[in-house]
Amino acid sequence: MGAPDHAIPGLRLSGEFSYSERPLFSDLMLELLPGSWTCLLGSSGIGKSTLLRLIAGLETGGSFSGSISASDNLPVDGRVAYMAQSDLLLPWLTVRQNVSLGASLRREPLDHVKIDHLIHRVGLEEYISNKPGELSGGMRQRCALARTLMEDTPLVLLDEPFSALDPVTRRQMQALASSTLQNRTVLLVTHDLAEALRLGRRIYAMSQGKLEEFDLPACRSVRELDDPAMMDIQSRIFSVLNA
Amino acid sequence: MKPRSDSLPLIRVWEVLFACLVMILVWQAVVWVTQVESFILPGPWAVASAFVNQFALIWHHTLITAVEVMVGLVLGVTAGILTALNLTMSERGRKLIMPALVMSQTIPVFALAPLLTLWLGYGLASKIAMAVLIVYFPVTSTFLDGLANTPKGYLDIAHTMRSPNRSTLMQIRFPAAVPSLTSGIRLAAVYAPIGAVIGEWVGASNGLGYLMLLANGRVKIDLMFAALVALCILTVTIRAIIGLICDRAVKWSGMNNR
Repeated sequence: MGAPDHAIPGLRLSGEFSYSERPLFSDLMLELLPGSWTCLLGSSGIGKSTLLRLIAGLETGGSFSGSISASDNLPVDGRVAYMAQSDLLLPWLTVRQNVSLGASLRREPLDHVKIDHLIHRVGLEEYISNKPGELSGGMRQRCALARTLMEDTPLVLLDEPFSALDPVTRRQMQALASSTLQNRTVLLVTHDLAEALRLGRRIYAMSQGKLEEFDLPACRSVRELDDPAMMDIQSRIFSVLNA
Repeated sequence: MKPRSDSLPLIRVWEVLFACLVMILVWQAVVWVTQVESFILPGPWAVASAFVNQFALIWHHTLITAVEVMVGLVLGVTAGILTALNLTMSERGRKLIMPALVMSQTIPVFALAPLLTLWLGYGLASKIAMAVLIVYFPVTSTFLDGLANTPKGYLDIAHTMRSPNRSTLMQIRFPAAVPSLTSGIRLAAVYAPIGAVIGEWVGASNGLGYLMLLANGRVKIDLMFAALVALCILTVTIRAIIGLICDRAVKWSGMNNR
């Protein structure tokens, strides 16, 4: 289980976006590497989430002209899973029902073996019949991760999914997400530089409608930050963010 | 957030009893001080003894009214839920029907009572129809409101999961709107007895409204008051039962303490 078996596509977004005639970003170019993590970094309110919502095909309240395409030329729509800062678990459903929500909405038969496997993988097997209101923030986010994995899409969009967690839980979640989402094309929106450095294969630093691209050396899972090369990249990204 | 509930069990029982006692004392005091004739305002004791002596009669009519109210509630709430769901699904339907629905509220339901009696006769049907009419609009409008205000994030998730509109409506919008729906149903529980009793006033041979008119016509004012007390108890009981069911539903939905 894990990634879908066909080739994982990358994704390319180019164009301009404006809110009621006021351009938010123009001449933008964002490329997600196939099968790896790309992080979109920037301070709050700069339009990171808007970009992610554009790719997910969600309401943004503005107008976009340009193109969003997958590298295999198949439509992006319908091949995207989305996870937000708030877990967005449905409070009236149990953990199990939340994890299988997608199939239930599409009226597809439920794959019970896969559901149980994913719940086990995020460590919630003891809470399978509990409702979200009875879980801690970290557990809820793990449940949301299982729901995202259940969708089995090649593209995964993460909108600051760990930012509301305490530091210890956050590190655990980063490791869990990084291992479970291997071989998927992931876009992680975050304002946490350390998080981007730990998880990203490529980092886009966003400032004033501009994107600067940084490629990081490949890494098996979560990267440690005490490497001198990392320090260097860190200071370069900071200077972009401060511009 | 505080748990949202205005149902009866949360008001402590002794507080209700104390309020009743104060009311009875004031009532008795008025009777003593004004020395008003008993066919204008009977004292609490006279009403209580009428209640006990004529209990079988009052019970019979209370049951009839209770049936009208319960059937009216069930039908009115069901019709309200179905209307709100259909209007949410169809924008054209909403544009077509909503104005008519709002306009219809300018007609006092009471003014329709004679017509309903003319069309549906003196039996239960016309009273149930009154209760349905009075219940239908608050349920429809509060539920419609709730269905339109689903948390945006839930709809985002449904969208990325390629959920068909009908699934989103039934599996996400509906459960998320349960708190709004229950506030409509709580209102309905208080309105429905009003509808039924007005129906009985216009033309009936059974029910508490009929008994009150009958007692009034025979200057049995103590019996009239006893029927009024029975109506109060009936309404409070129905309201309490509906309140309990609504509390359970809101608790199930988890929407009160997300």
